[in-house]
Amino acid sequence: MSPLRSAALNTDAVEAASTPVSAPGRPRGEAASRFLPRALLAPAVVTLFLWMIVPLVMTIYFSLIRYNLMQPGETGFIGLANYEFFVTDASFWTAIVNTLLLLGSVIAITVVGGVSVALLIDDPFPGRGLVRVLLISPFFVMPTVNALLWKHMMMNPIYGVFAQVWHFFGAKPVDWMTDWPLFSVIVMVAWQWLPFATLIFVTALQSMNREQLEAARMDGARYFQQLRYLYVPHLGRSIAVVIMIEMIFLMSVFAEIFTTTGGGPGDASTNIAFLIFKQALLNFDAGVASAGALFAVVLANIVAIFLIRMIGKNLD
Amino acid sequence: MAPKPPVSAALIARTVAAWMVTLVIFFPLGWLVLTSFKTELQAISVPPLLFFTPTLDNFVEVQRRSDYLLYAQNSVITSVVSTLLGLAIAFPAAYSMAFFRSRWTRDVLMWMLSTKMMPAVGALVPIYVLAQTAGLLDTRLALIIVFTLSNLPIMVWMLYSSFRDIPHEILEAARMDGATLWQEFRRVLLPLGMGGLFSTGLLCLVLAWNEAFWSLNLTAAKAGTLAALIASYSSPEGLFWAKLSCASFMAIAPIVVFGWFSQRQLVQGLTFGAVK
Repeated sequence: MSPLRSAALNTDAVEAASTPVSAPGRPRGEAASRFLPRALLAPAVVTLFLWMIVPLVMTIYFSLIRYNLMQPGETGFIGLANYEFFVTDASFWTAIVNTLLLLGSVIAITVVGGVSVALLIDDPFPGRGLVRVLLISPFFVMPTVNALLWKHMMMNPIYGVFAQVWHFFGAKPVDWMTDWPLFSVIVMVAWQWLPFATLIFVTALQSMNREQLEAARMDGARYFQQLRYLYVPHLGRSIAVVIMIEMIFLMSVFAEIFTTTGGGPGDASTNIAFLIFKQALLNFDAGVASAGALFAVVLANIVAIFLIRMIGKNLD
Repeated sequence: MAPKPPVSAALIARTVAAWMVTLVIFFPLGWLVLTSFKTELQAISVPPLLFFTPTLDNFVEVQRRSDYLLYAQNSVITSVVSTLLGLAIAFPAAYSMAFFRSRWTRDVLMWMLSTKMMPAVGALVPIYVLAQTAGLLDTRLALIIVFTLSNLPIMVWMLYSSFRDIPHEILEAARMDGATLWQEFRRVLLPLGMGGLFSTGLLCLVLAWNEAFWSLNLTAAKAGTLAALIASYSSPEGLFWAKLSCASFMAIAPIVVFGWFSQRQLVQGLTFGAVK
């Protein structure tokens, strides 16, 4: 469901919200009972509708005109020239590849790592409560702190902890930000999202059918068999949810790149979100940035369709 | 009480493995906290120091140098006000959808969810231009509006799912007894829905506090939040690690502690109720 179409649907929705499914005897009167739910719902619907439609329409408009924030005088309809510029820019494909690499790697790391850690801490052991608290902490760290913490204290090629570890093993320390910029960003983002995935999986594991598990163990099912036939199928749904949620958030990773590599060296760690930012607020070319933004919106909507379907099934 | 199972080799192995993984994952954060109590020299010493005489100088220095309190104030105001404002809008909406279900309720909920799927960067140019036109660049008001709207779908969803657990009969009984809408909210829904309201607020507070994209793009020196302050330590002051750590520590400590208490709600909120 594209936001545009569903928005159109939605105006009808407000109109039609008048018929309560269960209409209990209400002394306040029929007219009031029809009006009230609508009036209460209206502020949320109206503000969200504006929040969605105004930027979208403006973005579409900007993407079709010549629009530079530094030269407000020069305007005019230029058709699809902004799109052409954005797509033919050498950085565009690099940014697409980087976005996908970042997305794919972080999802792979967090899902595999998250399932493993969740399985590891599923059964009770001494200090489990504390372990849970410590494990989830990185998720609450704001992205800019996360980024600088890794850039300086962990990955600095001279004083960083990694450099010391490399020295200890007699290896030459790596200049992470210069030589492995995208990988560094992946590490930071994965560190932040691994706890999220773990938390979801731990929660999902709690609803495992213990008796079934017990029975399987009694029957001598090996751990791998339990994993293959009991745990993984049970986690299937939450794995899908984690993948979708992460896709939405990771498509527009920004602060980590902004504070560490600045998208560089060159375009080595520029993703779509950062490229749009560069066009808009560094090159001041709002037109081109808007064209790029529409790409990002389309990309996100493709993902969103699947997620919305899945959650929608769960609603009734 | 069940008898304690005997300590097996498997349990020991599992415990050790779990703790090792945990310590590795937590290490960067622990290191940050340690570094914030070091002097600048200790912070970059080779090999790194695990044991040292802690100092509180950084905390004073960070405030003196970059006016930490101003940014902290901005963070508190923007996240608290946007959360309260969001709750004020989401509460009636969730009430309406949970207790006056119509055949459109589902579509409205789905549509709200879909607005959350829009990447923030897609709205960067228009929001920037609007803020600029309205003279709202680098004001708290701009951030409050943006935070409220971007968290609103999550709030409506979380409140909606918590209200759905409240039996209709209770509200109807109150109505039959002649309660006004306000009394119904105040005396029935608020006490019963307190848990949901509280956890929704908590989660949105965390999200607003950590928000970085809009803070970086819409604010500068006046309305900057802690997320933006930390980013300003990026290059020129980057080598003052002890101060950077200290500022970071102060920026994340309150919200990490908050987060510990809202873990479960976080799962439900961020997955829109798909995982419980």
